[in-house]
Amino acid sequence: MALRVCVRSLIFSTRVQLWRETLSSRTVIRPFSRHHELQSESSPGSKVLLHFVNQNGTKMSVMATEGESLLDIVINKNLQIDGFGACEGTLACSTCHLIFDESVYERLEPVADEELDMLDLAYGLTKMSRLGCQVIVAPWMNDMTVRVPLGVKDQRVPQEAKNKQ
Amino acid sequence: MCLALSRLSECGIMRNIKRSFMPLSRLLQASTCPAALSSSARRLVSGCASSPKVCIVGGGAAGFYTAQHLLKARSDMVVDIYERLPVPFGLVRFGVAPDHPEVKNVINTFTQTAQHERCSFFGNVGVGMDISVEELKNAYHAVVLSYGADGNRSMRVSGESLEGVFSARDFVGWYNGLPSNQELCPDLSCETAVVLGQGNVALDVARILLSPLDYLKKTDITEQALQSLKASRVNRVLIVGRRGPLQIACTIKEVREMINLPETKADMLPSDFEGIAEVLKGLPRPRKRLTELMLMTLKVNEGGQNTCKRWGFRFLRSPVEVLPDADGKKVAGIRLAVNKLEGSGEEARALPTGQTQDVECGLLISSIGYKSLPLDPTVPFDPRTFTVPNNMGRVLHTAGLYCSGWVKRGPTGVIATTMNDSFETARTLLKDAASGTLDLSVYKAGAQEITALLKTRGVRAVSFSEWEKINSEEVRRGEALGKPREKVLDVKEMLEVAWS
Ligand SMILES: Cc1cc2nc3c(=O)[nH]c(=O)nc-3n(C[C@H](O)[C@H](O)[C@H](O)COP(=O)(O)OP(=O)(O)OC[C@H]3O[C@@H](n4cnc5c(N)ncnc54)[C@H](O)[C@@H]3O)c2cc1C
Repeated sequence: MALRVCVRSLIFSTRVQLWRETLSSRTVIRPFSRHHELQSESSPGSKVLLHFVNQNGTKMSVMATEGESLLDIVINKNLQIDGFGACEGTLACSTCHLIFDESVYERLEPVADEELDMLDLAYGLTKMSRLGCQVIVAPWMNDMTVRVPLGVKDQRVPQEAKNKQ
Repeated sequence: MCLALSRLSECGIMRNIKRSFMPLSRLLQASTCPAALSSSARRLVSGCASSPKVCIVGGGAAGFYTAQHLLKARSDMVVDIYERLPVPFGLVRFGVAPDHPEVKNVINTFTQTAQHERCSFFGNVGVGMDISVEELKNAYHAVVLSYGADGNRSMRVSGESLEGVFSARDFVGWYNGLPSNQELCPDLSCETAVVLGQGNVALDVARILLSPLDYLKKTDITEQALQSLKASRVNRVLIVGRRGPLQIACTIKEVREMINLPETKADMLPSDFEGIAEVLKGLPRPRKRLTELMLMTLKVNEGGQNTCKRWGFRFLRSPVEVLPDADGKKVAGIRLAVNKLEGSGEEARALPTGQTQDVECGLLISSIGYKSLPLDPTVPFDPRTFTVPNNMGRVLHTAGLYCSGWVKRGPTGVIATTMNDSFETARTLLKDAASGTLDLSVYKAGAQEITALLKTRGVRAVSFSEWEKINSEEVRRGEALGKPREKVLDVKEMLEVAWS
């Protein structure tokens, strides 16, 4: 676990400073493939019970493994959340936006500027918002509930609607 | 009805089985569920099942996301995508910058959709040219217009057609390999380029002009563009907007990328930011963070000795006239009206002060917006907003017609915005189908009918597996150059590869 966190923060600092390396470092955080390899090499982390509440308010409970990202879980467990993880965990979109309880939010790893940049484009942004691809399951999260922002009629925030052009 | 229902549930089961036991499920599908057959086999038997058939015009993000939602929501729905070009993915292929490969990951999901057993892709079929919307409406229960925004907003100033003046749309199309822009040959021998407009597209263009070649050469930028950029002498890019820093349209990620460009420094005018720090506190978080980042560029003067390239925003300026060189042929500069703001915040308006300012440049790129064009006289079109008038994706006054993506809401927003509005359109269509507003009881022949029509017109479609041949060829050519792909630039060549 500690190792994985290290790897992640390393990735962040490399991306921020070594511009040329952007490409390769982003690929490393792609959770669908590489991240898994990373995990299987290390000890089989403990199991943690998590609850996801999707756009329709449906609660889905799953057993997750320590070290997986919340995006990994949604994809691997095939949870019904529309359009989740469009960029596949490369910090290039905000479709894995999740909302946490305050007590949980405060214990999460600090958020990087790049994640905030993407969150700023998310609809339904709250103070307790994070991107699921950047939140890694830890044992203390057992029984935590995370929410997908409600599907609203017009999901564009005014700022975002004006973005392109 | 009973039969139809049992078919439906069988289809659902079959698909689940298919994931794990492909050959067995194939066997089962063939005998029980027409809707789940391979596309060619399905076409043969499609007469016996009156599955709902929907076609989508345009194979970009909106088309694929609409298809994805429809296919997922109803296990009997057949969705066909018609795309004008032989290659799919629209602006994800031809718009998104080559140094944003992670944005293009959405292509993986689109590919899964296209490979879905109830989805077929027909590339090389231009709707409004090869086939009409009316004909599609006859062949399908519903038609979804997702043909994007192919037009350009023009600056409407004199000198716009001088050499060295380009629309961002064409410039982006050029470096991204859009076949219709391959003759662009921009002259990059000048030092200063001006980009009009301050959206993300403008920043994409500025970034590509200033990025180190060592970096670009590892992307899927076309070799032709790379060679031009290699010879480029552009070392200063000014990004001009008609309003102030608090109204800038780009997003923070793109500004951060500009700041992080190696050997390049920000060249801003401190006077543009007077009084800005004081209003920061009351701003919504996204606007606040973006403004703080811009303010930071005023303070840090990084780069040192190696810094030979510069970029900067210029605010409160609108184009008045493109200034020609002595021969009157080529752009030599741009005359800008100096504006002041009326009101504040997002809604502030730019008003001319009567003063002007001339800025020298040898390259002028206008990035003031894309716009959709009307497709067909039978399709409603709002010439003011350049969109198809609709209510949550339902085209007004036209039963059976829907729209999604840029043609629905205008050319703004990121792919995720397009995804959400495409899902909304799909939900609207499904609701209409459930309520009976969309009549599914009549038999529709779908692609069978359209393919026959196309045949009489000498049009041959490119299937998704034929696109995959183009894809493999591009990846193969890219490998030789150390790039993720080298795009085929010519439609004729695309077709040759597809049908080889
Ligand atoms: C330069 C640029 C860079 C961008 N970069 C990003 C980015 O980094 N991140 C991000 O999230 N978003 C980005 N976007 C926004 C994103 O590309 C759009 O949100 C999205 O592509 C819009 O999808 P669409 O399907 O409506 O249009 P398009 O992607 O344009 O798709 C329309 C499709 O319809 C086809 N078509 C047109 N006419 C016809 C016809 N008559 N018959 C059949 N087919 C037709 C076109 O060939 C095209 O394939 C960028 C946009 C641009 C312009």
